[in-house]
Amino acid sequence: MKITQLSVFLENKPGRLSHPCRALADAGINILTLSLADTHQFGIMRLIVKEPQKAKKALEAAGCVVNLTEVIAIEVPDRPGGLADVLMAIEKSALNVEYMYAFTFRRADKAIIVFRFEDPDAGIRAIQAKGMNVISSVELYERAGK
Amino acid sequence: MNAFPFENKVFDPAEAMPRKELAALQLQRLREAVARAACVPFYKKALAKAKVTAQSIRKLEDVRRLPITTKADLRDGYPLDFLAIPRAQVARFHCSSGTTGKPIFVAYNRHDLNTWADLCARFLTAGGLRSEHTVHIAFGYGLFTGGFGLHYGCERVGAAVLPAASGNTPRQVMLLKDLGADVLVCTPSYALNIAEVAQGQGVKPKDLSLKFAHFGGEPWTEDMRRQIEAGLGLMAFNNYGLSEVMGPGVSGECVARNGMHISEDHFLVECLDPDTLEPVEDGQRGELVLTTLTKQAMPILRYRTRDIAHLDPSPCPCGRTGVRMSRIVGRTDDMLIIRGVNVFPSQIEEALLRVEGAAPHYFIEVDRPGKMDEVTVKVEVRAQDFSDRMSQMEALREKISREIHSITTIRVNVELVEPQTLDRSAGKAVRVIDHRKK
Repeated sequence: MKITQLSVFLENKPGRLSHPCRALADAGINILTLSLADTHQFGIMRLIVKEPQKAKKALEAAGCVVNLTEVIAIEVPDRPGGLADVLMAIEKSALNVEYMYAFTFRRADKAIIVFRFEDPDAGIRAIQAKGMNVISSVELYERAGK
Repeated sequence: MNAFPFENKVFDPAEAMPRKELAALQLQRLREAVARAACVPFYKKALAKAKVTAQSIRKLEDVRRLPITTKADLRDGYPLDFLAIPRAQVARFHCSSGTTGKPIFVAYNRHDLNTWADLCARFLTAGGLRSEHTVHIAFGYGLFTGGFGLHYGCERVGAAVLPAASGNTPRQVMLLKDLGADVLVCTPSYALNIAEVAQGQGVKPKDLSLKFAHFGGEPWTEDMRRQIEAGLGLMAFNNYGLSEVMGPGVSGECVARNGMHISEDHFLVECLDPDTLEPVEDGQRGELVLTTLTKQAMPILRYRTRDIAHLDPSPCPCGRTGVRMSRIVGRTDDMLIIRGVNVFPSQIEEALLRVEGAAPHYFIEVDRPGKMDEVTVKVEVRAQDFSDRMSQMEALREKISREIHSITTIRVNVELVEPQTLDRSAGKAVRVIDHRKK
C-alpha cells in the first residue's frame, strides 16, 4: 500500500531545481507529482515517479543527494471539507503528519493526497480503519496513465 | 619529599643549567652556527644581504638580524643545496614528509646523530624510560625521522628496543602482550588504534605491562591522552620535533607534564607573530621559529615551523630550566583571525566530527561585508544523512553551528551543500577562502 517517494537535496543556487528535473527527463522518467520545501538556505524536492529505483540511479549519476521514503496516497473527496474530514480522522488516531501534498490528477470526485507519516504502516492501519481508501502504487501508476 | 608519580631523573645535567649560563652557551653556539651556515650558498647570500657575520652577533637578540628560512627555501634547495659539509662526511639522510611534490632531504654527520640520540634520551628519561625497560616502537622506520630518532634515543638510555614499526595492529597487540613491553612509542592516533584493537580482542590494560608512552609526530589533544591512558593503562608523554631541524628531540614533557621542555642548548627558539614576525609576549600564541645551534651537516637559521604554540618560561618543579612549549594548537598556513579570535580549520573539522550525521567535508568562507567578519562554513550533505524532513535537516544545521561555537567561540553561518561541490584538488585540500581585503 506504500508508495516510494524520492527526496532530492537542493542547494540554494541558480539551476539547482532544473538540474534534477533534467536528469530525470534524460532518463525518460515522468514526474507524477512533486512538492518543494525550502528555507532561505537549502531545499528539499519530493517526487513520485513510476520507477523510483531507476530515477534514484539517474539522479545519483547526476550528482544529486537522493533518498527514498515510504509515503501513502489517500483518496480524498473533492468537495469543501473533504480534506478537513480526513485530517480530523488522522488527528483522532494520534498520528503525526510530517507533510502532505496533492497529485495533479484525480478520478471522478476524488482527489489524491500524499501523506508522510513517521510510521507509514500505522498510518495505513488508521486510515483503513476509518473506512478511507489508501491507494496502492500499482493503482496509482495506472491512474496516472502513461 | 617526592610529589611526582615516579622518580624525576635528568639524563643530562645540561637540562638543568642555570639560565645565565645557558644564555652564554647559546650565544657562543649561535656564532658557530652562523659561521657554519655561511658555507651554504643560500645563507652566504642572505647573510651578506642582511650584513651579518658570525663576529657581529653580540647578544642573543641579534638572532633577529638573521635571515628567515622557510619550507619553500628548503624545497628550492632540493636535493642537497643546504648541505654544509662535504658529502663524504654525511652519516645519514632522512626526508621530511612533504604533502606536495618533492620531499626535503635532511642530512646528519656522526656528531649530529650522536646529539640526536642524546636529545631523544633526554625526553625519554624525563618521561620515565629507564635502562631496564623494553620499548615497543610502532613508528614507521624509514625516511621518516620518528622511528630511527626514538630508536637510538632508547638505546642511548640503555633500554631494550623492539622495532615493531607500524601496521598490522592485531600483531602489535600480540607483541605488546607476549613480550610485555614497558613503554610504547608511536603516533597518538596509532596508539588509539592499538587501544581499540586490544579492546576488540578482549585484551585489558592489566594483560599488558605498559607503564609509559611517548607520542609525537602529529598534534593531539588532552582528550586523546585520557582515552589512550585509560585504554592501555599507561602514562602518556608528548614530545615535539621536526625533520627540518633534526627530528624528534626538540622538546618533550617531563614528569610534571605541564609543557614540553625545549633543549635550548641545541635549539634557539623564538615565538613570533606570523604576520609581523615580531616576538609575542610569553604565554601568547605565536609561530615557533627555530635555529639549530649545534647541527653540523645541515645548520638551519630561523626556520619557520608554521606550528603555533605558546612558551612558558616560568620555573618547572622538575628543575629543568629549558623553556616549556605548549601543545601545537594549529598551523600558520591555515590560521584565520575572525573578529580577533584565532580559528583553525582543524577546529571546524573537530566540531563536525562531534556531530553525528555531519560529514567532515567542509569549506570555510570568510568575508567582511560591513565592519564585522562573517564566516560561512559549507558542509557537504551525504546521502546517508539526508532526510526528506525539513525539521531534521534544520536540526543538523543547528547542531553543527552550536558545536562550532562551543569549540571556536565564534558564531558562523552553516550552509548545507551538495557533495562533491567542495574542492578536492590533488594533494592538500583547499578548505578556506578569505575574501577580506588584507
